[in-house]
Amino acid sequence: MALLDFLKKIEPDKKKSPFLHTLYDGFFTFAYTPNSVTKDGVHLRDPMDLKRTMIQVVVALTACYIFGIWNTGHQHFVALGENLGYFQAFHLKMVYGIIKLLPIFIVTHVVGLGIEFFFAAKKGHAIEEGFLVSGALIPLIMPPDIPLLWLAFSVAFAVIIGKEAFGGTGMNIWNIALLARAFIFFAYPTTISGDEVWVAGIESTAAGSPAQYGWAVHMFDGLFEWLGWNSFPEAATVVDGYTGATPLALAASGGWESATAVYSPGQMFWGAIPGSMGETCKPLILLGAAMLLLTRIASWRIMAGMVFGGALMALFLNLWGASPFMDVPWYYQFYMGSFFFAMAFMATDPVTASSTKQGKWVYGFLIGFVGMIIRVMNPAYPEGWMLSILLINTFSALIDNSFVNQNIKKRLARA
Amino acid sequence: MKTGITKLTFLSASLLFSNAILAQSASGDSGYFITTIGIIAAVLFLGVLLMVADNLMLVEANKAGVSKKGNFSLFPNLKEIFKPKLPKGIKVPAEKVTILKKGYDMNLEGGITSDAVHVSKVSRFAIQPKNFLGLSPIPKVEVQVGDSVKAGDHIMFDKKNPAVRFTAPVSGEVIEINRGEKRSIKEIVILADKELSARTLETFNLKEGTREALVEYLLDSGFWPCIRQRPYHVMAEADVIPTNIFISTFNTAPLSPNLNVVIRGNETAFQKGLDVLGKLTDGKVHLGLSATDASPVFKNAIGVEKNYFYGPHPAGNVGVQIHHTDPMKTSDKVWTLDVQDVVNLGNMFLTYTYVQHKVVALTGAELKAPKLVLTYAGASLEELLKDNLKNPEARIISGDVLSGQQKDHNSYLNFFNDQITVVEEGDEYEMFGWLKPIKDRPSVSGTYPNFLFGDTKFRANTNTQGERRAFVLTGQYEEMMPMDILPQHLIKAIITNDYERMEGLGIHEIVEEDIALAEFACTSKQPLQKILREGLDMMIDQG
Repeated sequence: MALLDFLKKIEPDKKKSPFLHTLYDGFFTFAYTPNSVTKDGVHLRDPMDLKRTMIQVVVALTACYIFGIWNTGHQHFVALGENLGYFQAFHLKMVYGIIKLLPIFIVTHVVGLGIEFFFAAKKGHAIEEGFLVSGALIPLIMPPDIPLLWLAFSVAFAVIIGKEAFGGTGMNIWNIALLARAFIFFAYPTTISGDEVWVAGIESTAAGSPAQYGWAVHMFDGLFEWLGWNSFPEAATVVDGYTGATPLALAASGGWESATAVYSPGQMFWGAIPGSMGETCKPLILLGAAMLLLTRIASWRIMAGMVFGGALMALFLNLWGASPFMDVPWYYQFYMGSFFFAMAFMATDPVTASSTKQGKWVYGFLIGFVGMIIRVMNPAYPEGWMLSILLINTFSALIDNSFVNQNIKKRLARA
Repeated sequence: MKTGITKLTFLSASLLFSNAILAQSASGDSGYFITTIGIIAAVLFLGVLLMVADNLMLVEANKAGVSKKGNFSLFPNLKEIFKPKLPKGIKVPAEKVTILKKGYDMNLEGGITSDAVHVSKVSRFAIQPKNFLGLSPIPKVEVQVGDSVKAGDHIMFDKKNPAVRFTAPVSGEVIEINRGEKRSIKEIVILADKELSARTLETFNLKEGTREALVEYLLDSGFWPCIRQRPYHVMAEADVIPTNIFISTFNTAPLSPNLNVVIRGNETAFQKGLDVLGKLTDGKVHLGLSATDASPVFKNAIGVEKNYFYGPHPAGNVGVQIHHTDPMKTSDKVWTLDVQDVVNLGNMFLTYTYVQHKVVALTGAELKAPKLVLTYAGASLEELLKDNLKNPEARIISGDVLSGQQKDHNSYLNFFNDQITVVEEGDEYEMFGWLKPIKDRPSVSGTYPNFLFGDTKFRANTNTQGERRAFVLTGQYEEMMPMDILPQHLIKAIITNDYERMEGLGIHEIVEEDIALAEFACTSKQPLQKILREGLDMMIDQG
């Protein structure tokens, strides 16, 4: 009660400082459910609201975050040839991962939320919770070494042009997190394609190139030495024969044999491979997907449709077999790349997906189908889900429309 | 058939063609492409073959006259395999029951535990013109303050529609005529006599009288406003012959009274009422019964179609029952009545007086003693709830928590409601309310482990639980409405004033109570009932 009174006292005036008021309101409704009561309609309301929905998705992503932090560190050390065991130097890997993740996380949220607060203040409405999920997804799909200024630009682009220009939460046509990644992809392509971008802290994958450590690492070095634990190998260099390529990049050039020469299928499935932070560990992603399905926040129809579409196209490509990549057995296509991450968290975004039941099947199927084509037949970039989801987002309303018209026709035919 | 043969010919030609090319080409990359096309063509060919064979089978079955007796198609009927099954213990044969899976049964505290019906001591009753949709805000009032009236005496009528008369629910003295905004009549209050006296009506021979005479009789007696018409839930139009009349005999709304208890002792009157209604329509009188628990009075009714339903709320809503029995076409007009009004109608033809009896359920966690009370329509809320409120600040709702109307203490029960719910106002801040893993409130969300708690009764509270947002989640409303309607698209069509789309998506099939549960479940806290009412009003204005 004392806290509540204190908060009520410091409330900024709505007219004199609208931006501060919106900021205050955002944090206040975060801490306290408002005390407004229902009027003119249903008298009881379900306690499930948008904040809770968004938080559930963030909770489903937590496991991916933790694994991603460890994996960032692990891949860095694998490149240097040190600490190759999974649990060796665990503290170093986690610390390194956090040092890489935290700036990206903070920049994403500050830029994204700042823009959202600004627009909310200008329009005079409360801060809407849409960015909680996009802000949690963006760090998981960006390369760990991305320059923060370019990241800020991409988030600003996604939020301003992808969301606020259309009317805010619930009104956007395209997936916001993927728009941010698409911006980086088209504006700064060297930061997101190539062999060394998915491994943190090395300049190139050529043997002998030095490890790069910043001030934060040096700070922790001091701590670890004082504690007597392993510390960062300052003078380490990239080992001979290292390729930082993800399994997908390897398969794109040489087929399944190329990929399995460097990584075993088990490694690919469990996730100790280079890749963006969220996409590598398939079991944890599937766990998150299961959580979303059980709480009925994500639609199983979209997920199932996407699996069918992807599998069907992979089968067709197997039949065709014109290139080594097409010859990758269709079930192994799912082991590589970010299929499951896109399926569980990107495609199921309810705002950008179709809203009718049958529409969701078609939407999911088309994403899977087209995405596999883009992945396998695209010479420039070995992954297709971002482009496929953005493409089919454009058509989700059209898909819906055909089913809505079916419903209308059926009803009018009764007459 | 013709299209099947055309497809067959085309496909077999393409198959031969592709085979020929295959044979000629040297083994190389292009061969694979042609092979794929060939395989696809073969699959399609097989599919068309199967479809044609299926059609031929069905044609033969039709010719032999046995097509209705079984599934003669080649393909298994998926609908039959995945059909929902009734649980054990239902005595009604499964073919007669419509099983509804969508919806939600809300278990709240404050339900009525005993079947006893108490006689009320209410002395003030009111007619509220706003209860009757389609009535103009300033009807012509035929009495003045101080007049003595008998039950069934004419009190008011609409100048635009003077044939429909509204009558006094009880006998007594008119003590108040209260006006609302813009001089509209808010309520006409009658202080009841200790002994009820009623106006005697002429006798009416049901078997020999014509339909037109019956309609005139009903218009004059004051019963007519009890009949509501769909689409749009307005008062029935006197010059319309309805396609069907529907009555739902069970109530699934939260804390609603059990109509099996209410109907006890009123069997003859109910049957008489059904006989009268049978004369009013060209079609049938349909009774919607609960498959789990229907009173013998309903089960043994004569001259009506009985349709059984099994499922969670809103299975008891008459709109849902209409949709699954005989879905409405855009030009249809259908009448609906409540069970208690049918009983009053029957009594009118047995005693030739019209008295608006009503059994009202007083429910809600904020009442000291929830109970059933026998009183008349339009009873004073203050007197009904006397000495029964735990907290004078609680919210009084005429009707159920989903589609009822908030009333204050000195107001009166709405005409079409047979329930009062009193719930706690939720005007307190709750710290991290939206984050709590378990909550003592009813919820349809999968994020609360409510399924673990089985039959727990939840505490109701009127907090908005979040603020209004744009539509984000999809598929939520469809899970709460067991009808073949796309509710979110309908609401969006209403918001954008798109008349054709509204009509095509079925606005004539639903009224507010049908979408109330979807509004409860809405994550974005949209005012769906209000939006729907605006849409219905738009359609009424259009004519």
